[in-house]
Amino acid sequence: MQPEGIGQIALYCAVLIAVAYPLGRYMAWVYTRERDDVVERGIWRVFGRGSGTEQDWKSYAKTVLIFSLLFFGVLYALLRLQGHLLLNPDHLPGVTWPIALNTAVSFVTNTNWQYYGGEATMSYLSQMAGLAVQNFVSAAVGMAVLAAVVRGISRRSRSEIGNFWRDLYRSLVYIMLPLSVIVAVLLIWQGVPQTFDAHATAATLQGAHQTIARGPVASQIAIKQLGTNGGGFYNSNSAVPLENPTGFSNFIEVLAILLIPAAQVFMFGRMVRARRHAWMVFAAMFVMMLIGVGTAVAAEQHASQVLRSSGVSIAAGHGQSGGNMSDKEVRFGIANTALWATVTTDASNGSVDGAHDSLTAAGGAVPVVNMFTGEVIFGGVGTGLIGMFFYIVMAVFIAGLMVGRTPEWLGKKIGAREIKLAALGALFVPTMVLVMTAIAIGTKTGMASIFNPGAHGFTETLYAYDSQANNNGSAFAGYGATSFSASFGSLAMDFGRFVPMLAGLALAGSLAGKKTVPESAGTFRTDGPTFAVMLVGVIALTAGLMILPALTLGPIAEGLMH
Amino acid sequence: MLTRTILRSLLAIAGLTAVFGFAYPAVMTGFASAAFSHQAHGSLISSGGRVVGSSLAAQDFTAPRYFHERPSATTPAYNPGATTFANLGPTNPQLAANVHKQAEAILKLERPYNPGLTIGDIPVDAVTTSGSGIDPDISLAYAQLQARRVAAVRHLPLAAVEKLIRENTTGRSFGIFGEPGVNVLELNLALNNLGDK
Repeated sequence: MQPEGIGQIALYCAVLIAVAYPLGRYMAWVYTRERDDVVERGIWRVFGRGSGTEQDWKSYAKTVLIFSLLFFGVLYALLRLQGHLLLNPDHLPGVTWPIALNTAVSFVTNTNWQYYGGEATMSYLSQMAGLAVQNFVSAAVGMAVLAAVVRGISRRSRSEIGNFWRDLYRSLVYIMLPLSVIVAVLLIWQGVPQTFDAHATAATLQGAHQTIARGPVASQIAIKQLGTNGGGFYNSNSAVPLENPTGFSNFIEVLAILLIPAAQVFMFGRMVRARRHAWMVFAAMFVMMLIGVGTAVAAEQHASQVLRSSGVSIAAGHGQSGGNMSDKEVRFGIANTALWATVTTDASNGSVDGAHDSLTAAGGAVPVVNMFTGEVIFGGVGTGLIGMFFYIVMAVFIAGLMVGRTPEWLGKKIGAREIKLAALGALFVPTMVLVMTAIAIGTKTGMASIFNPGAHGFTETLYAYDSQANNNGSAFAGYGATSFSASFGSLAMDFGRFVPMLAGLALAGSLAGKKTVPESAGTFRTDGPTFAVMLVGVIALTAGLMILPALTLGPIAEGLMH
Repeated sequence: MLTRTILRSLLAIAGLTAVFGFAYPAVMTGFASAAFSHQAHGSLISSGGRVVGSSLAAQDFTAPRYFHERPSATTPAYNPGATTFANLGPTNPQLAANVHKQAEAILKLERPYNPGLTIGDIPVDAVTTSGSGIDPDISLAYAQLQARRVAAVRHLPLAAVEKLIRENTTGRSFGIFGEPGVNVLELNLALNNLGDK
């Protein structure tokens, strides 16, 4: 491993913390500001009486579900009809139903799983007015729900947790839009196209004809990174030089993946007035991230069995970065691609700057495990921290059992209802992943999607449902689209999105209604390193033990092969 | 309650689509073509009044007088209209076969100009597909491996070719971010222009 690579990863961590901390403070201000701005007052007038008043958790959840369902319908129709609509200079036909269904669900649930190649399937209208809008909105829905959940945790003896429309508006206009403009400008400067012109044609030096796909790329890439969406403009996502041209653009894009999720931890600390507690949550996430990055970088630099036994030079230095360069780009090399593979699955982003299917056995196991935790290592915008709340509740519960006291979290007594909701939120998705993987592996129609032979084919299947159920969207991309895999995957994305979200809102509603109790000598302290260790331990014991048998069949078996 | 929420949702969808689907990309496009027109249109390279490619897309070089790109998994190879990975897993026999075939081809092509060349001298990026299929760069090691052939075929001093390699090497951004690489299309264009002088 070259020192330059380690230096870049260290710099990444430093910049992430330096930017996320002030952003988190700003976000806390955004969500707690009492006064409505002029646009908000306009919205309440158009929406009618009572539209701006605070909602209880049930009303909030209903609004989220209805809004998401309608948006799904609109997006599905747009994809099916794109052949007859505007902004289609390359005359692409309407999208077939299984792919349109999977894609519409995928983008509304903030997954961005892609069973299609963007540049060859989607018209500019579909990319802009369909997919890019969902990149903003699905992310903002997650952020709004988190704001409501945190508000609920911070309140005492109340039933309201916030107003969905206000939270949605503020997430979009105060946070997403300004950040997207900044990132898009930086990306255009670095070389990402931004045009409404049709694809360019070139006559190559050897006299061949080349079509260069372009379009309104930068504006979409900015939000797909920031909103933990991940759906690229091009099929090979951020590996494509037109989507990610330089080492600097790569740094901006990979920073954008974790920026908002990391800031939300600090936002949480401010909103519930427990900054030391938030730092401990941050520390737990950070340590798990570093373990992943370290494993992935070491494994990729060590290279795959095939490359090691091929006899070619895989040593870093002497004019190359070496290692497992299969499906990786020269300008990123090993360290940057392994860092990206780790953080894109820590968060629910799912964009890639090199193929995950071609990662080494151990390198590919890192994303599988990251996602399987429910993406709580920073996680998706909003949804990641909500997932972590489930583990926090379980951690204080287990700590409470150990010392024989009623568990407390932030001054609230944790009762049976909260434990049940937390267990549901934390365990539903991993259980679904294992069941769906088993069904897909146990049926002929499910097996048809597999691309690589042997243990790797099992990992492809596990990855597909792990990724979709956790709304990640990255793939062992050889795994193919069939009517079965596309519609079965749609189910995974839907349940994976909304079950934990509803459990989180219900948990918040329940906590908002509680009184706070003063801390006593027997209270398990949640603002020290013991708590951070406990939290990591609980995640390892639940998600880690659940995934272990599947890991044995997939990456571990493959790692032992020659 | 339900009807009102549906109506509000539909209004919101219309408004959000207008702002984030149209206004935002349109404003960014206007800004891009004003401030960064070259990048905004795909970093196209023209030579002799014709577009010959993009500095951000590899193209197919097979002639011995040119530097060659990394392997590509797209159809046809180096297609910036439909990028793709090869997606071959770390133990896939197909990967082993592809790597072996590519290494043999390189040895056959370069050995006449590099006596004693062995497979251990071939850098790994030369035998593996890139992530995009249109990686515009090769490693410095792979460029140096090809330099003797290109110099011999073009009857140029080796030092002149190596100088061009250095000039067309993209270092780390700001000296920090990413890895260095040699842009093959720009290098080959520079070689052609050298011949014209």
